[in-house]
Amino acid sequence: MSHLLSPVFAQGFFESAAVHRALAVGALVAVVTAAVGLFTVIRGQSFAGEAFGDLGTTGGSAGFLVGVGPLWGFVVGNVIAAGAMEGIGIQRARGRDLATGIVLGAGIGLAALILYLDTTYRNTTGAAVTILFGSVFAISSSTVPLVLLLSVAVLAIVLAIYRPLLLSSVSPEMASARGIRVRMIGVLYLLALALAAALAAITIGTILSTALLIGPAASALRLSSRPLTAMLGAAAIGIATVWAGIVLAYDSYDWPPVHRGWPVSFFVVTLVLIAYVLSGVPEARARRRSRALAARPGAAGAMPG
Amino acid sequence: MTAPDESRAGDVLAVEGLDVRIGARRILDGVSFSVAPGQFTGLIGSNGAGKTTLFRVILGLTRADAGRVLVDGMERSARTASMGYVPQKFLLDPDMPLRARDLVGLGLDAQRPGLPLPSRARRARVQEMLEAVDATAFADTRVGRLSGGEQQRILIAHALVSRPRLLLLDEPLANLDLRSAHEVVALLARIAHEQDIAVLISAHEINPLLGAMDRVVYLAAGRAVSGSTDEVIRADVLSKLYGHHVDVLEVHGRVLVVAGAGEDSDLTGHEGVFPGAGIPS
Repeated sequence: MSHLLSPVFAQGFFESAAVHRALAVGALVAVVTAAVGLFTVIRGQSFAGEAFGDLGTTGGSAGFLVGVGPLWGFVVGNVIAAGAMEGIGIQRARGRDLATGIVLGAGIGLAALILYLDTTYRNTTGAAVTILFGSVFAISSSTVPLVLLLSVAVLAIVLAIYRPLLLSSVSPEMASARGIRVRMIGVLYLLALALAAALAAITIGTILSTALLIGPAASALRLSSRPLTAMLGAAAIGIATVWAGIVLAYDSYDWPPVHRGWPVSFFVVTLVLIAYVLSGVPEARARRRSRALAARPGAAGAMPG
Repeated sequence: MTAPDESRAGDVLAVEGLDVRIGARRILDGVSFSVAPGQFTGLIGSNGAGKTTLFRVILGLTRADAGRVLVDGMERSARTASMGYVPQKFLLDPDMPLRARDLVGLGLDAQRPGLPLPSRARRARVQEMLEAVDATAFADTRVGRLSGGEQQRILIAHALVSRPRLLLLDEPLANLDLRSAHEVVALLARIAHEQDIAVLISAHEINPLLGAMDRVVYLAAGRAVSGSTDEVIRADVLSKLYGHHVDVLEVHGRVLVVAGAGEDSDLTGHEGVFPGAGIPS
């Protein structure tokens, strides 16, 4: 059996503790980012997700500098960023771009300084690459409890506010009319997004974290017109892309040029893109079919939704 | 005859002496009226007359400077449970993964925490509501992909599914073609009478509502008069409301409210021909 699968799973794949950890953390983070990411897409807040990616770089590099590890840095940095965004008013579409852009620029500038200090004082030359592009293989076993705790917290928030959040995303006025406190729901959601972005950053790096937040969710909502199904679909697509990325990265240790393995984040993000492109296929086919049906008299209304 | 402004026990909605000021501007100025169960009431006024502000006060989204609003005889507390609301503008991304059926379901329990648990009663109630607004044909289509009239019906179902005693609709006819507008009005009048729900519908154009309205609340410059259409849509009553001479003409079964010559030079669709005017826009 194992030799049949050996072209796919390179030797030692199932024995490696780092691989086990990567698979477990990767799946957990994929589920969390799917649950949060679906609302990020629905609410048109991918810009906020991107901002967390940028400011997470600052937090993560500061985490290296003070020696607490990047995840704590991402979490603290992103929660501060969420507070700043709420202060600036990122939930309102207008009048936020300039202020946010300037804050983001300053944040990344600070990250440049902190990364410089990292390499000077702590002799961590790989810090920049680890923070920006991540490596799910590099997650230490001491980080796992925090990942678990954060994941449970984020999922608890999203599930607790699921219905009020969904209606607030459809229409804030209709939600207020039902007695929902729209602003409070928005703040809770922004907190969940900040933490989910931190989890995505530890898995595939700050720069790429948005891809994991947005990609599987955007793919899933092209495939399902039900919110819960889309959420489960996004989780499935997320797990599939992260796991396939891990397998390919493990295989790539045997690949040129230097037999050190290609970055796992490269594979994950590429697979997310492929999933997104493929998710457009059924819709395009349905559109062609409905055009063909519409050409036939009396066929209208027979289409499933 | 009961005076139009006097509220009676059993009214679903009683608005009493409502004042709303924004800065120095009086948006609402002593507005009083009441709506009884099963009544289909039109809230008529031109843009800027204060219709949306009035709705926001009734919903509890805007605070009034004076006066009060009673829903089912109660002030504020637990009010939302007995009220359904259809907002003025509704734009939804066509890719939003939300079927018409899901949006109606959110009308039942969106304020509760956690996931909606599937139940036979919930499903049956949603289906019943979809049938009541003739929306079963597109119940499984994404809401963002429905036409304006179809979305309107789904929003009405969303607002009514929790069996409110009062339904508020803010300019539901504004973006509809004439046929859809008549369909929506007929549907609302039927629901009001059959289910004994008080319907308050705002519009800047009185004619699509004329046949269906049990009562009219006419809003101009922040002040209101209310009563039956025969009591309110009269030259003397509206002249007093506007504070200058107004003519009410009937042409081919349609009502035209026309201002007297030159009050001021405000020509923003407010002067010259008033809301009742049956001029196609």
